[in-house]
Amino acid sequence: MSTPTGKKHVFTKNLDFAFLSVYNGFVFMGRFFREAFRGRMETQEIIKQCYAIGNKSLLLISLTGFITGMVFTKQSRPSLAEFGATSWLPSLVSIAIVRALAALVTALISAGKVGSSIGAELGSMRVTEQIDAMEVSAINPFKYLVVTRVVASTIAIPILMCYCGMVGLAGAFLNVTLTEGTSLQTFIQKAFEQITFLDIGTSLIKGIAYGFTIGIVGCYQGYNAKKGTEGVGKAANSSVVISMFLIFIEEVIIVQVSNYFRV
Amino acid sequence: MENSSKEPIIKISDLYKSFGDLDVLKGVNLNVYRGENVVVLGRSGTGKSVLIKILVGLLTQDSGIANVLGREVSELNESELRDLRLKIGFSFQNSALYDSMTVRENLEFPLVRNVPNLTRAEIDEAVETVLEAVGLLQTINQVPSELSGGQRKRIGIARTLILKPEIMLYDEPTAGLDPITCLEINELINEVKEKYKTTAIIITHDLTCAKATGDRIAMLLDGIFVRQGTFEEVFKTEEERIKSFYDYNFIQ
Repeated sequence: MSTPTGKKHVFTKNLDFAFLSVYNGFVFMGRFFREAFRGRMETQEIIKQCYAIGNKSLLLISLTGFITGMVFTKQSRPSLAEFGATSWLPSLVSIAIVRALAALVTALISAGKVGSSIGAELGSMRVTEQIDAMEVSAINPFKYLVVTRVVASTIAIPILMCYCGMVGLAGAFLNVTLTEGTSLQTFIQKAFEQITFLDIGTSLIKGIAYGFTIGIVGCYQGYNAKKGTEGVGKAANSSVVISMFLIFIEEVIIVQVSNYFRV
Repeated sequence: MENSSKEPIIKISDLYKSFGDLDVLKGVNLNVYRGENVVVLGRSGTGKSVLIKILVGLLTQDSGIANVLGREVSELNESELRDLRLKIGFSFQNSALYDSMTVRENLEFPLVRNVPNLTRAEIDEAVETVLEAVGLLQTINQVPSELSGGQRKRIGIARTLILKPEIMLYDEPTAGLDPITCLEINELINEVKEKYKTTAIIITHDLTCAKATGDRIAMLLDGIFVRQGTFEEVFKTEEERIKSFYDYNFIQ
């Protein structure tokens, strides 16, 4: 749509930009898969990045997971108490944590901590010509910087998610045992009797999908950063916003697909 | 004065490059012969850096020839471009040192990735040799943020020398440095030429650097080389744009 002066309308321009970004994102993802399966893997760098991702998020995930489990249990109790069903609390909380909360809490925290950090780091390397320096030294910066970070976040975030789930259940147990005096053995038994393989499998798939999304979005934004320090800030910010947006879309899709398999 | 008896190892012919509506290079021609230092001189924003980025394949020309060591850069596939880049050292304007690595790691990084099966002793020896060549062996365990601007430039040059390049491309080697450090960098460029037998293109707007390091000067104005020759030949002219560049530089 053009204005009478021949200039494109702002809306049309933004729409063009959005479609172009989606196209470029897919091209970037295609390059990731091409480079990932070509030549030798940068194993050491992947391990280093996995450690960095875990290290960056562990404290925050521990705290958030624990509080989420505890608060969720506390808030659910009155509703169950109305029906005299507080003994169902461990099952209810474990279903909520395993099916949804652990994955979402981990993903959102990681999008903030890991995604922004990847976006800012690669963005800064781009604007200070460090990525160009790798290229002219006959080193493949995409393989060294992008592939390693995406693989690392795809591995580390599901692990963090499992950890978050366990910490969340610990928070729930603390609340239940202090209020109802439930023993650990009973809590575990009740918590896991409603959990199916499909729940755990779906959750793991979510973790992998979210980890990949956070890694690839952060790398894409950072690797294509422009305009100096302003570009670095934008890359970090966009990494978080776009990752979160995609995570929610993926959540809806994965839940819909997994419900299809539920009896 | 160009050497017509030998084949140039860098041959730039009728090169055009634009960014959107902005025409940066408008038919550039330049031959560089083995063993010479050619200075590309011009004001900021005239496309000097664009020119050398085309030579290493970081940018692609719109049209024309950019031939390095007998190969047209824009026609090389990924593996051929990698092989060519191993023969070219590129010193960036802002040094482009890897922030997260120490000086030792900065130098080791291109070496271990491009020369397989080196022993620890060989790597250490190579690193120490180039650091000695740039006079900064004592900084080996420092990180880039602890170095001065001049030291960063030297380490940047050392990082390119570790792969023993045939061609050196210096992008504004003296930009942002004090006059004494500029002189040291100029000396280093000449030492590199003598010791490593390199051929170089030096991009600069600094006349002192151009005079000290260039065997030949090519003056880039408005996207074309308006004059080429020795320093004296280039500036022995009544052409106003060249005179004003000369006067302004020395007033600065």
